[in-house]
Amino acid sequence: MHTWLLLEMGADAFPDRIAVASPDGGVSLGELAARARGAAAWLAQQDGDKLVFLGLNGPALPAAFFAAGLAGKAFAPLNYRLPNDDLNKLLARTAPSIAVVDDDMLGRLEAAPGVTLAPRSLFEAKCLDPKLRAAELADVQPDIAVILFTSGTTGEPKAAVLRHSNLTSYVISTVEFMGADEDEAILVAMPPYHVAGLAAVLSSIYGGRRIAYLPNFTPQDWVSLAAAERVTNAMVVPTMLGRILDELEKRGERLPFLRHLAYGGGRMPQPLIERALADLEHVDFANAYGLTETSSTIAVLGPEDHRAAVASGDPNIRRRLGSVGRPLPTLELEIRGPEGEVLPPGAQGEIYVRGDQVAGEYMHRRVIRDDGWFPTNDSGWLDEEGYLFLEGRLDDIIVRGGENISPGEIEDVLRSHPNVSDAAVFGLPDEEWGERVAAVIVPGEGCPSAEELSAWVKERLRSTKTPETWDFREALPYNDTGKLLRRILKAELHQTSSKTRSR
Amino acid sequence: MQLKPGSRWRSAVCTAEVVVVRPPKVEVALECGGHPMAAAGADKPEGLTIQPGFSSGVSMGKRYFDEETGIEVLAAKAGQGAVSVNGRLLTLREAKALPASD
Repeated sequence: MHTWLLLEMGADAFPDRIAVASPDGGVSLGELAARARGAAAWLAQQDGDKLVFLGLNGPALPAAFFAAGLAGKAFAPLNYRLPNDDLNKLLARTAPSIAVVDDDMLGRLEAAPGVTLAPRSLFEAKCLDPKLRAAELADVQPDIAVILFTSGTTGEPKAAVLRHSNLTSYVISTVEFMGADEDEAILVAMPPYHVAGLAAVLSSIYGGRRIAYLPNFTPQDWVSLAAAERVTNAMVVPTMLGRILDELEKRGERLPFLRHLAYGGGRMPQPLIERALADLEHVDFANAYGLTETSSTIAVLGPEDHRAAVASGDPNIRRRLGSVGRPLPTLELEIRGPEGEVLPPGAQGEIYVRGDQVAGEYMHRRVIRDDGWFPTNDSGWLDEEGYLFLEGRLDDIIVRGGENISPGEIEDVLRSHPNVSDAAVFGLPDEEWGERVAAVIVPGEGCPSAEELSAWVKERLRSTKTPETWDFREALPYNDTGKLLRRILKAELHQTSSKTRSR
Repeated sequence: MQLKPGSRWRSAVCTAEVVVVRPPKVEVALECGGHPMAAAGADKPEGLTIQPGFSSGVSMGKRYFDEETGIEVLAAKAGQGAVSVNGRLLTLREAKALPASD
């Protein structure tokens, strides 16, 4: 099945329904389909099998995404926040391609063989060109829908391949066609190069939910747009949520129209989600866990799960607030040990998934097994009721004297210290233990000593999980979608750690 | 009948159109209103009417499946005929109620 069908059906049945909000009244489903047709007719005349999109989100994004499929090209959004060198390297990897680039970003690009550059303003004109919109389009049956470069938190970005069948199966099995109420609107602040940003296009268009785009996230603009567009649904990464709550507190507002708030893309600190649940009692919260390689969400902690966890005195239920919920009913999920054996509840291992939405494939390299199972490279465990708890990337797991130690758990304990505002934990090479636990602390008010923090962790976890190397900084490195870049800290501390070892 | 995933079929007796989401495990005839469906681009036979017992209709955006052969289709256009394989009506697959996550 083709992603275009998801728009075509909506445009057929509800041509006047607003698909994308804009200051001039919005773009209807019928108009969006016409723009995509116009753009596709233009794209069909361009060389290359990929449409690169380098720019901010906005009404041109869904038009370009659907047009690419309609013209038989793979859609390849690039991360405009990368330094110019890295960006140009990725752009060169997309050849042969046609690249639609925000006009004010063109100056950052170098000419690359096989890559044709087109300013976004030109693309937008093509969307509106009456001749192109009326042109007959060749019937194409493309296979690859999206090429998405992974964020590369653990190394070079990989070009993940998502097929039309992966994306459409995800959408039609999780979204009711035109199931949204007419007044529903979703605020999308995720950039085009994030899988959640693309999934939001398809899910919202097929579900009939108006998209309100925020091109650049600031908490002030987010709260203002939510009010102006009477936003009912939104999706945020944890770092955004904290700043939004602060802004609301400052304004004395509570987002009265908001009904559903989904979060994901990083570890949610428990105190933050508890605060959100208390501040926004009328909102349904959902924690979504997914990967680029799985066409977005594979497990969800739903609103009822949140409420049950917060209200429960049973620690086994309460801790589910820190889980990512249960796997979607449309796919299978297993925890496996190093030998590939399936592990029982409570045992930590690598998360494997299987299902139609799971692509598990990179350009020139398939990672998915012949039997359909995809090793996610994420570490986690399931409780007795099937709730999934993440322990981070497998590469981030610290192996100290044969014991597997998850940085996330230690970071949570450190962040719960009253004088710690943020913390990063990772492994450093150690002659005696193979690896030892290191921590970088961003102090809050008053700077706690390494001794004080060691005692704090030891009291709550155990001595093998207590960091042996400490460093204090003003801020931690995050990428723009809120993922902690432990590898940067690891590399830096590897140079200097012998001097700061404290025990 | 080559019922490939993604292939589109239209009813010979009504406005219904379906897209194959999951192909059948064995070769079957896909019908609507009791008559074989035609490939989207192909001509459809004229003068046919909906057979009794195959008139419960298809709704746009709904999925229909057959347990026995595994075929699943998505209705891309609504119609008055019901979808069947080898004379056996397909069952409506209820959408899984999921919390909005994206």
